[in-house]
Amino acid sequence: MRRTLLITLTFVFIACTARAATPEEIMRESQGAFLYQGRDFKARVVMRLIGAGGGERVRELTMLRKNSGKTGGDQKYFIYFYQPADVKDMTFMVYKYPGKDDDRWLFVPALNMVRRIAAQDKNSSFVGSDFTYEDVSGRDIEDDTYALVKEEKLNASDCYVIKSMPKAAGDYAYKVSWIDKTNHLPLKEEYYDRQNELYRVFIADEIKAVSGIPTIVKRTMKNLASGHRTETEFKKVEYNTGIEDSLFSERFLKMPPKNRIE
Amino acid sequence: MKKIIIAAALAVFVFSEGRALAEDPALHGFIQANYSADMDTANPDGKRYKRLEERVQLRLDSSKASYRLFLKGDLLYDHLDDAADAKAREAFVDRTSENWDLRLGRQVITWGVGDLVFINDVFPKDYEAFFAGRPMEYLKKGVDGVKVGLYPEAVSIEAVVMPFFEPNNLPSSSRFWLYDPMPGVTNRVAEEPVSKPANTEVAIRAYRDVAGFDTSVYFYKGWYRTPSMRPDDPAAPSRITLFYPELYTYGLSLQKSAFNGVISMEAGYYDSQDDRNGRDPFVPNSQVKALAGYQRQLMDDLTAGVQYYGEYMRQYGAYEAARIQGFPKEPQYRQVASLRLTQLLLHQNMRLSWFSFYGITDRDYLLNPEARYNLTDDLWAAVGLMVFGGRSDTTQFGSQDKNDNAYLQARYEF
Repeated sequence: MRRTLLITLTFVFIACTARAATPEEIMRESQGAFLYQGRDFKARVVMRLIGAGGGERVRELTMLRKNSGKTGGDQKYFIYFYQPADVKDMTFMVYKYPGKDDDRWLFVPALNMVRRIAAQDKNSSFVGSDFTYEDVSGRDIEDDTYALVKEEKLNASDCYVIKSMPKAAGDYAYKVSWIDKTNHLPLKEEYYDRQNELYRVFIADEIKAVSGIPTIVKRTMKNLASGHRTETEFKKVEYNTGIEDSLFSERFLKMPPKNRIE
Repeated sequence: MKKIIIAAALAVFVFSEGRALAEDPALHGFIQANYSADMDTANPDGKRYKRLEERVQLRLDSSKASYRLFLKGDLLYDHLDDAADAKAREAFVDRTSENWDLRLGRQVITWGVGDLVFINDVFPKDYEAFFAGRPMEYLKKGVDGVKVGLYPEAVSIEAVVMPFFEPNNLPSSSRFWLYDPMPGVTNRVAEEPVSKPANTEVAIRAYRDVAGFDTSVYFYKGWYRTPSMRPDDPAAPSRITLFYPELYTYGLSLQKSAFNGVISMEAGYYDSQDDRNGRDPFVPNSQVKALAGYQRQLMDDLTAGVQYYGEYMRQYGAYEAARIQGFPKEPQYRQVASLRLTQLLLHQNMRLSWFSFYGITDRDYLLNPEARYNLTDDLWAAVGLMVFGGRSDTTQFGSQDKNDNAYLQARYEF
């Protein structure tokens, strides 16, 4: 409630004064453009996990997302796995709450069993890839402080360059993001460790308008320390298909509806 | 006979609706090798392996409109018995509607929140599979019946009707060393509940969110799935009847994210219909069973789970008075603790895990370390140990002291 009030007040404040956006507002807007577009979202996600030696593993899944309120608010995720073969038909559900631990459930088809799984560490790898849970579903805006480093062009796009510093010690010391001034999407993000060394880089490889919404359909996360990288492609992206709230339930974890997961 | 009835029921169900199911059927499966070698001593039958088999599994999955057909069958060759076999693991038809669904046929059902401790999961298990180091899914046996799901606003309900009794599969006496209170009596007859309306098993689960807890209540009317032994003459037995006493259970489970992890609680009352006063020494007394578990991530990709289980025997005085001298005495309270550690490595392609039971009351244990590696996206292999021991050779794990085995599972999935 307090957060909602805060966000509302922030927006009112922006509207009244029409002053330049603060770095925090830029990041909030970017999160909205990146992870909260539409009332709901669906995509077939193909992740290629590529080792330094070129070895490749593939993860393929359908991801469904539904927002329950405003940008930065609660979200529900439903994931159905196609590949690799040993996780085929598994489903995974997340209730994401900014400011507290997510609720996560996993369905194991061979045992016909739904289990809650522990989820307090958002820096864990998502399905073994270079993306963390936080990279997939977003980081709480309140967890960082922000500074505008500069404004510059990246690949012919005018960008804000924002430095994000975690308030609590985390996996990285700080992050530098290039936020497109027009569509507010992050085009590039660099993660630095405590020794000031760059160790992880996010690149938005391709942006396409889907139903008029600029969407990053290809992205790469590269770990510079290990040389491992993950290339992710979002196929068959759809917004506002009217995903029912009831989908995010034990019933449909066990029996995912074909029209939703294909 | 049972299989024919199921097949006929399936056929009638499908064709009476006048719809064809076979549209875009998906066919998947695996080829698997599973070997388990004795570490301690040879089996009672003299062989040195608990399992030596290859198998192929085929899964057919087909949906059309609100119908789905699912078939999962295994073909295997067992080198210990030198025999081939075919098994239908699951075979069912689903019919789905907005507020209800129905699953008819052979199906695996898992209830409850315990980690390898089953209170309200009253469905059949294959304990031999678990103790011989087979992949975890083989611990669960399918049941033949109908499951109805009802989803009104306030609560979700699963009701299962099982007309055909399916017992647990216990370790075989040729491959496993086991405690037997009457080893001299080899004339043994098994009596399973026959299929008739009065013997039909019913299991009901109702669940919903209550204050952030995934909350379920359970009821079951059926049978103990592990047989009891009744000798013809307790003083000088010449023949033993293995039978399945009647059982009702009532239970509750709760699960919630809390204390930076997940907490689980479950309890059940086992109402032993054939021995409510506790005076029959050959039928289990009624019991209260409960567990509490806590799971959390210690670091990235490292998860720990601890669990406590306790059971309490009712009418203990009657049990003590009636029990047969020479048989091991059951405690009134039995407590068991378990620990699970799971570490994922190499982009989650390697999984190191540890699972152990420790019998606080029985002073016995089971240890199960395992390493599994995904060599490719389609091929994985796991090696592990099953180690048993304890102070007494009459308890669940203590009696299996000589069954320690090392196992290999390898599977190519397609």
